[in-house]
Amino acid sequence: MKRSWKMIAAVTVVVALVLATAGTFTARAADPIKIGLGMALTGGLSANGKPALLAMQIWKDNVNKKGGLLGRPVELVFYDDQTNPATVPGIYSKLLDVDKVHLVVSGYGTNLIAPLMPIAMDRKLTLIGIFGLANNEKYHYPNYFQISPTGPHPATATAAPFFEIAAKQNPKPQTVAIVGADAEYPQTALAGAREVIKQIGFKTVYDKTYPPSTTDYTPIVRAIKATNPDVVFIASYPPDSVGMLRAAHEVGLQPKMMGGGMVGLQFTTIMQNMGPMLNGILNYDYWVPEKPMMFAGIEEFFKEYQPRATKEGMDTLGYYLPPYAYAAMQVLGEAVEKTKGLDQQKIADYIRANEFSTIVGKIKFGRDGEWAKGRTLMVQHQKIQGNNIEQFRGPGKKPVIYPEELKSGTLIYPYSAALK
Amino acid sequence: MFSWDLLANAVVAGLLLGGFYAAVSLGIGLVFGLLDIANIAQPAFLILGAYAAYVMNESFGADPILIGILFTPVFYLVGAVVYRVYYGSFERRGDEALRGLVFFFGILFILEVSLSLKFGVDYRLVQAPYIGKSFEVAGVGIAFRYLIPCVVGVAMTGLLYLFLGRTFYGRAIMAVSQDQAALRLMGADPIHIKTVAFGVGIAAASLAGALLITIAPVVPSTDRDYIGRMFAITVLGGMGSIGGTLVAGVILGVTESLMSTFFGPSWAPAVSFGILLLVLAVRPAGLFGR
Repeated sequence: MKRSWKMIAAVTVVVALVLATAGTFTARAADPIKIGLGMALTGGLSANGKPALLAMQIWKDNVNKKGGLLGRPVELVFYDDQTNPATVPGIYSKLLDVDKVHLVVSGYGTNLIAPLMPIAMDRKLTLIGIFGLANNEKYHYPNYFQISPTGPHPATATAAPFFEIAAKQNPKPQTVAIVGADAEYPQTALAGAREVIKQIGFKTVYDKTYPPSTTDYTPIVRAIKATNPDVVFIASYPPDSVGMLRAAHEVGLQPKMMGGGMVGLQFTTIMQNMGPMLNGILNYDYWVPEKPMMFAGIEEFFKEYQPRATKEGMDTLGYYLPPYAYAAMQVLGEAVEKTKGLDQQKIADYIRANEFSTIVGKIKFGRDGEWAKGRTLMVQHQKIQGNNIEQFRGPGKKPVIYPEELKSGTLIYPYSAALK
Repeated sequence: MFSWDLLANAVVAGLLLGGFYAAVSLGIGLVFGLLDIANIAQPAFLILGAYAAYVMNESFGADPILIGILFTPVFYLVGAVVYRVYYGSFERRGDEALRGLVFFFGILFILEVSLSLKFGVDYRLVQAPYIGKSFEVAGVGIAFRYLIPCVVGVAMTGLLYLFLGRTFYGRAIMAVSQDQAALRLMGADPIHIKTVAFGVGIAAASLAGALLITIAPVVPSTDRDYIGRMFAITVLGGMGSIGGTLVAGVILGVTESLMSTFFGPSWAPAVSFGILLLVLAVRPAGLFGR
């Protein structure tokens, strides 16, 4: 009798242990895969940071609806970097050491990726950068990948196609003015422009920068007009893009071509408010609702994104950054699934070796983690009437002029002809 | 590249910008210059005024500057309440120096975050028929979106000058800035007077916000661009000098405009603040400070 009690007790203990272990396994299998990031939710870049985060959340929701990654749900752990690079090391240390995230992606923009690079290299992380311009140009860190389609030569990504188009016009323009803000991106873009101008052989008649906090752009535009350039290349952030464009209309600056690297003309509120003032501007873009850009899944993405963005007071159309933020997560998700684990090196090796089908088209990474072949679009604003936002939902208002394989319209030249 | 035509245009553009800078700085001139309250949150009220103009413009198509004028009583009340809280919590206890500063920092961040939560972080602009339009007088181009804010800025300066010099409340504000105890002995309540002054300062900031959004797009964090400029103009003009604020605004505006036209816009802030340092070295109380 005593013996049988001992037997029962032993069996109970064994069963309990087995159940407990199974329970642990079950819990571990259901443990979420945590992806950590800092994002500009306040501060100067938050107008892009928040939509980027929303796109990532939509990806997470879609993945979780399909059972997650490796059979585990996905969780995004994020903090507001306040558009302040100084917060980035602290945020990622917390994500990695306290929150124990399995994977990281960067916040939005060159300045916020820069302080993350040494951390990623030190900890041998796989890092996908969200719209960083030439962040890895000096480091050559093999496990860094960058999602904007600037290509292997980011510094000249906007200037090269812009001036290439200018050089093809008849009569060929001779003189150029370049102007931009004293900030990281515009400075890089202007350096690229100087390189391209030298290669093509244009004559520079104006080359100046301005502080980002400038209130009145009319003296700058008037000084540019005084040099009578054929082409004006502008590398600006949203407030200065608006300021420069309004001043150009007020001063009557009408070169043969104008635009290039103006950030902000892709944002819904600015497109809507500026309306016909945008006509004729030839500017870089990454996605527009033109037929050649309708990649698989992009329409479904916007069906989810646009109502949520409108409700949350952010970029309603979301053509600029959100699809690429979503695509970054698609790349990471596919790499995790295909490598069947969370090994940073294996994930990086997979991303480096393979081509990905995403909602922004096929992506293959090349030198320094940039797109192997750049795909910066040059679009010209045409036939915009009034300030109705609906006109921007379909094709025709921002036809793709460059590259040739995605072309959906013809350049109206000179600039003044597009204003009529 | 010099031409008389460019020079004339640069000077006029600078004058117009100066009028706007004066409008932006008048409120802080009153609150900081006369009442000695380091209201760091002043630029947040500037942005709040800009958003009020944006909302009414977006919803009803109302003119942003008209909205700015109509909303001044509302912001006056907001300012009065803020001062009462500040007084009750800090000034009355003699804690206004450091803790008061923290209080206004807190208001700055609360307003900024509240605007972000309510309106998101997208750039907000207004529409008005005169934006993007200009006219020419003797070869000098004048843009309406700078002319109107300048006219309003000069009018605000004139009205505030008359208010401070000709009305009971105005004189009492000047008196409270000099000797609070003496004013109490004269039978006036200095706290009430300061409440009025603070309210007027916030109302001025809100109207300047409507002018700002007429000129440029605004996001909740735009306030940070104006903190330094507001205080610099107030100090350059002379603490408590309303006319000095206009003169200082014009000096900064014309300097920025001339630098942008002839030497490169990047030099504009350095030269403007160089002038500020130079003036302070010669006249520590500012141009018109006592």
